[in-house]
Amino acid sequence: MSVHAKRAVALAAGLSSPAVVMADWTMNMSPGVTGTSNQIFSLHMTILWICVAIGVVVFGVMFWSIFAHRKSQGAKPANFHENTVVEILWTIIPFAILVAMAIPATATLVEMYDTTESDVDIKITGYQWRWQYEYINEDFGYFSSLSTPRDQIENRQAKGENYLLEVDNPLVIPVGKKVRFLLTANDVIHSWWVPEFGVKKDAIPGFINETWTRVDEPGIYRGQCTELCGKDHGFMPVVVEAVPEEEYNAWVAGQREAAEKERQLTEKDWTMDELMARGEKAYQTACAACHQADGSGMPPAFPALKGSPIATGEMDAHIDIVVNGKSGTAMQAFGNQLSEVDLAAVITYERNAWGNNTGDMVTPKEIFDYKNQE
Amino acid sequence: MSAVADTHSQEHHHGPAKGISRWLLTTNHKDIGSMYLIFSFAMFLLGGSMAMVIRAELFQPGLQIVQPEFFNQMTTMHGLIMVFGAVMPAFVGLANWMLPLMVGAPDMALPRMNNWSFWLLPCAFLILVSTLFMQGGAPNFGWTFYAPLSTTYGPPSTTFFIFAVHIMGVSSIMGAINVIATILNMRAPGMTLMKMPLFVWTWLITAFLLIAVMPVLAGVVTMMLMDINFGTSFFDASGGGDPVLFQHVFWFFGHPEVYIMILPAFGAISHIVSAFSRKPLFGYASMVYAVGAIALLSFIVWAHHMFTVGIPLAGQLFFMYATMLIAVPTGVKVFNWVTTMFRGSLSFEAPMLFAVAFIILFTIGGFSGLMLAIAPADFQYHDTYFVVAHFHYVLVPGAIFGIFASAYFWLPKWTGHMYDETLAKTHFWLSFIGMNLAFFPMHFLGLAGMPRRIPDYALQFTDFNMISSIGAFMFGATQLLFLFIVVKCVRGGEKAPAKPWDGAEGLEWTVPSPAPYHTFSTPPDVK
Repeated sequence: MSVHAKRAVALAAGLSSPAVVMADWTMNMSPGVTGTSNQIFSLHMTILWICVAIGVVVFGVMFWSIFAHRKSQGAKPANFHENTVVEILWTIIPFAILVAMAIPATATLVEMYDTTESDVDIKITGYQWRWQYEYINEDFGYFSSLSTPRDQIENRQAKGENYLLEVDNPLVIPVGKKVRFLLTANDVIHSWWVPEFGVKKDAIPGFINETWTRVDEPGIYRGQCTELCGKDHGFMPVVVEAVPEEEYNAWVAGQREAAEKERQLTEKDWTMDELMARGEKAYQTACAACHQADGSGMPPAFPALKGSPIATGEMDAHIDIVVNGKSGTAMQAFGNQLSEVDLAAVITYERNAWGNNTGDMVTPKEIFDYKNQE
Repeated sequence: MSAVADTHSQEHHHGPAKGISRWLLTTNHKDIGSMYLIFSFAMFLLGGSMAMVIRAELFQPGLQIVQPEFFNQMTTMHGLIMVFGAVMPAFVGLANWMLPLMVGAPDMALPRMNNWSFWLLPCAFLILVSTLFMQGGAPNFGWTFYAPLSTTYGPPSTTFFIFAVHIMGVSSIMGAINVIATILNMRAPGMTLMKMPLFVWTWLITAFLLIAVMPVLAGVVTMMLMDINFGTSFFDASGGGDPVLFQHVFWFFGHPEVYIMILPAFGAISHIVSAFSRKPLFGYASMVYAVGAIALLSFIVWAHHMFTVGIPLAGQLFFMYATMLIAVPTGVKVFNWVTTMFRGSLSFEAPMLFAVAFIILFTIGGFSGLMLAIAPADFQYHDTYFVVAHFHYVLVPGAIFGIFASAYFWLPKWTGHMYDETLAKTHFWLSFIGMNLAFFPMHFLGLAGMPRRIPDYALQFTDFNMISSIGAFMFGATQLLFLFIVVKCVRGGEKAPAKPWDGAEGLEWTVPSPAPYHTFSTPPDVK
């Protein structure tokens, strides 16, 4: 092959797949960073080696037969076809191996199920298609959504190092503390997984599942949703930042303060332009996945908002569907997901964007009153 | 009146009717068996082409070929078509052709029902495939159709999907009743239960599994139908329902279902290994008991598909132990096959190649199954590509290689011609290499943390995904060769004797090749 041809191939390969350059041939499970994940890893390796050993023996006998007992080599068949002793032996021996395997597995499982005496409790709610983290003893919470730009997904831009495994607001936990997670979901079943912790648990609407972890090493740990939850199932990663305790406490204080500020925003007098600007941002994170950034929707499951009877009709009906959702459809109740400010902003935005020029505006205060009159 | 009776009797004792009515109205087990096999192969190609779309999209990170909505429709339809359209009908086709020949019966016990249960299938799949063209697209919630994704959040076509599943279920149940009635009532004199060929045994047990679990599937989809269209809340938590209930009911069907797809292959492989080892099957009785044990255990292990849903510790332990137990009878079967080969006189024609690959690769799938049974470790494996690798290892080189092995084994009996051995061996080796290239790297992907059912992935998964896609394209393209081999064999080739394999045993080899339209009008004697 000429130098030019080689270059062309290399270039083509490099362009078509930037990842080839950073080849990654990880073949095994990671031992992870928690006690649980290490125990799981050792169970995994034990059972793997047991399987390999059994495989070597069984396939060894088989390959011996294949090589030594061929008709083409003149092998004459034996005629034995029964041996009770052998049959009993190869029933009992595997059984004994399994019992030996079940003992450490049981011990690990018992430990994994022990969610008592936690230091920090965090409620995790799965939404189509992001996670909500609520620090239930600290009075604040937030959403965590994919932050990989659309351009990278659509191949218009080179993919970043943490492509599809990066979020806007990661979950923050303190190192060395037992953190208990309470999992549920708002719409369909999701599953929260961080491989490095050995933690995976389904988030199921109407149920609260419990699991826990204790991370000893500060760092950023990444995972994904592992239960098919609709079209953007592949686009709702989990990112956890484990930080030293002082840093965690400072962060919590900051979050509480920000939450308080956010609540005060409801009182403020908002102008149309401010609401539109905030509304566009909130729309992108909360609504655009289904109704699309240009309001065109994806009928019939996700109707268009552009020129829709709801977005251009009665204000009350519009507020009602955003706050309370529409049962029996994919339209969720956003009343508890978004702040009054964001609700007001989104509704105002939807009524005035994409040529829906109704000129209507609703203030956070009005949303607050609407919610309370119910 | 007498004239009518005359033509009637003529039609009965000569060859098949001419033209399309032969196929539409036939009650002949051989014709119906052929139709099942042709239908299943057509579905195999259709489901396979959907897998090609999936693998093409996953060739590189980023969205290139399809959008996530369509990707989800492809994974769902691929699973449904392969399970209900390709694997299950293929085994019913083999049963139709071979069971009467193996037990020395003139036909299936209920020939008219046999015709009906076949013709329901194309109707069911016409409905299922038509959902692809409906507004909102085809079902997109995975072949396991977990609620509430498939109910409250499902596309409008879900109701058609439910109807299609009902029709398939009716077809399967009727097929199963027919198999049981044939085996229990129409065996040749002298053929006691413990003298039945293993394929007959495994199908008898499979048929009981079908009758036990297909109504459960019908029940769960009916509950979905009610939730979607009639305002009930079986699976809707906001109405007092329980999304986890769906999974319990589904997997109570779903776990026996995976054995439905493999047990008949166990039977066929037992015949093939014994025939090409020129040695009787080792441990016939223990093989029968092992299949029975597997079938019984399959009813009490369903929640191992649900280790992460939050079942209580005691339940978790029970399902872990019960699942591990299945390794014992499955191991017995593998040991018996290997011992059958030991000190035999082996030759490696295409059926034997597929059978040996079946034993090795199915065992690898069994190993990963054993790993998945360890509940704590399953928290890491669950819903990753490790699971995808596992069930493709038991279904592709398990069920599908079992079907290929059976097809090559019995093609001379069906067509009266020998197939082209060189081409068949090429088919085997390309399938073997393609299949391992496609599915082995999936173990690594899963262990490295790639979830299943995602249309796009993080960059560290790129290399193995590329290899996997290349293997999948290779495996997929190779199956067209199988079509060519079969067509060539039907059209001509070396004449096949009544018993083309010198080590083969059984009544089916006592009739000429091709098997005449009517066989065993008088039952043979079995010593």
